[in-house]
Amino acid sequence: MKMLLFLFALLPLGRLVWLGMSDGLGANPIEFITRSTGTWALVLLCITLTMTPLRLITGSTFWIKQRRMLGLFCFLYASLHFLIWLALDQGFDLDAMLHDVVKRPFITMGFLSYLLLVPLALTSSHWAQKKLGRRWALLHRLIYFIVGTVILHYWWHKAGKNDVNIVEIYATILALLLLCRIPSIKTKVQSLFR
Amino acid sequence: EKLAATANPLYSSKVDVTPYKSATTYNNFYEFGTDKTDPAAYASSLQTRPWTITIDGLVKKPQTLDIDALLKLAPMEERIYRMRCVEGWSMVIPWDGYSLSKLLSKVEPLGSAKYVEFISLADSKQMPGVKSSIIEWPYREGLRLDEAMNPLTLLTFGMYGELLPKQNGAPVRIVVPWKYGFKSAKSIIKIRLTEEMPKTSWNMFDAHEYGFYSNVNPTVDHPRWSQATERRIGDSKGVFAPKIKTEMFNGYGDQVASMYSGMDLKKYY
Repeated sequence: MKMLLFLFALLPLGRLVWLGMSDGLGANPIEFITRSTGTWALVLLCITLTMTPLRLITGSTFWIKQRRMLGLFCFLYASLHFLIWLALDQGFDLDAMLHDVVKRPFITMGFLSYLLLVPLALTSSHWAQKKLGRRWALLHRLIYFIVGTVILHYWWHKAGKNDVNIVEIYATILALLLLCRIPSIKTKVQSLFR
Repeated sequence: EKLAATANPLYSSKVDVTPYKSATTYNNFYEFGTDKTDPAAYASSLQTRPWTITIDGLVKKPQTLDIDALLKLAPMEERIYRMRCVEGWSMVIPWDGYSLSKLLSKVEPLGSAKYVEFISLADSKQMPGVKSSIIEWPYREGLRLDEAMNPLTLLTFGMYGELLPKQNGAPVRIVVPWKYGFKSAKSIIKIRLTEEMPKTSWNMFDAHEYGFYSNVNPTVDHPRWSQATERRIGDSKGVFAPKIKTEMFNGYGDQVASMYSGMDLKKYY
């Protein structure tokens, strides 16, 4: 099962490679792969955050055991998204990059989101989890904040052409997923399915 | 369908023209949807005949002209223009048409006319995107009269030696190569000469992000992104070719800069 999830999470990357080799990335391939990796990072963020509600509903810890891998896939797609921007959009021009990060709110939010994901990815191992103890859980609550910066990043990107419907859908899904974490709602959900 | 046009040597190109496939499958034409591939997918429902343009407002001879009359109004030229989108990408496209000034002279603008307004078709039966409320329909654009009369401003009926594909603004559009692409209104049904500056669609949406002039200007950034560079679609150097530097007035300064002498282009962006 875990292997299946692993392969499933690799599919979007495989698709990009396949499209790249068969001339299927359209007229603006760089834009295509930038947006695709960004979208899949977001989808995997949603899926990762779905594991806790699934545990509440099913009572099975199976879901929680998948969370690390899914979170790391989210980080993989976010890294690709970030590296494509760095290398192919900014051409490793650090000055231009810093200028963009400071001046443009949507870039600021994207950059901040990635920056905050890094410590979560670095401390994802069992070893780090043990080492950090209670602080680990505290640190990983950062993801709730990242949800906000990610949605702002996407929102401000799309707002330039007033094309925010899709962002509203993701924002709603993420809001519902976060709501499940509020203690009172959490117990309600649990009792509903028992 | 082929469209006979004589190449105008003043507007040839040293760089490769964009592949036809890219220019006809990567379009912004919100009347057919917001995705770049939507226009090519959904524009087939557009009826381009019969088609008329009504020209009125501050003119001596207001009139409605049929598309066949428009096609014959002046000799058809092929001009290769650079096209710079406000989003930061660009193409090099061979257009077929003639200077808009030929049409405007025919209707004889009055002395009081200062601006030209262009209205595009907005018919939700033919254009699925018009059902959304992303911008206020119909799409409208505008130029100052001297900009509209500048020989560069092309009333356009074709590209790549063919009648315009529907996703590219068939059957008739304008092309204003020194301004960001959205100034070049597609599928035009009405041209009105006015004394007041006309309201334009993207400016109405957010005046802070989209100015009336919207001249290509690498020194004035869009609030969300830099305009200093652009990605040339179908760059012959390959997919990973670096972005190229954006030129003032998209490189047409010799022909147009004098129209803006003394104007603060940071203020009138």
